[in-house]
Amino acid sequence: MPFEEKMTWVGLVVTLVVPVVYFAIMLGRLGDAPAADIHYQWPLIIAIGASIGLTIVGAIATAIGTAIAAEVRGRSASDDIDRKDERDVRISRHGDLVGFYVSSAGMVGVLALTMLQYDYFWIANALYLSFVVGTLVGSVVKLVAYRRGF
Amino acid sequence: MGKPTRVTNRIRALRFAAGEMTQAELADRVGVTRQTVIAIEQGRYSPSLEVAFQIARVFDVPLDDVFQYPEGE
Repeated sequence: MPFEEKMTWVGLVVTLVVPVVYFAIMLGRLGDAPAADIHYQWPLIIAIGASIGLTIVGAIATAIGTAIAAEVRGRSASDDIDRKDERDVRISRHGDLVGFYVSSAGMVGVLALTMLQYDYFWIANALYLSFVVGTLVGSVVKLVAYRRGF
Repeated sequence: MGKPTRVTNRIRALRFAAGEMTQAELADRVGVTRQTVIAIEQGRYSPSLEVAFQIARVFDVPLDDVFQYPEGE
């Protein structure tokens, strides 16, 4: 598996796990209080920070694991963690583009919520959800491209 | 995405003729990942002209000895 594909998996897992935890907490709070009274700000900031932090930790762990595995199996250059070729770049661009379209579609919904003067809670969370779904779709598109061809 | 390329290639045969060169060795000499060589060999990825020329150069053959495209297209 190319190193860039491993990194895509890391991103996918982090982008899936962190928002699931965050939205589970928010849905729990939504049952206890009206949306306008829910303090979502810090949990949202923590969720975004956790995503960044976990992605960095995951990247470091993956790099170390890949380097050790390459050494054990006696493969050197072709499994180099710093080797990113034209196919990786094309797949990455394609996935990012699809993810961007999905996020942009979500932004239309956020715009509608804003125009309809929904609580900031809904607007902020819809915005976060748009980014999350866009990133998830982009990651899945990349992984499919790696597996099925591009 | 996922649409198979119409470009075919003889990389597997050329590797065999070149002393059974491994995919990893070809990848190292061209500067791509082993998975990219595998994808090119299996027709799941069309390389750039630059990589195509580099592959041909490794085997010391003209480009169209490595890659072919169907007639009448």
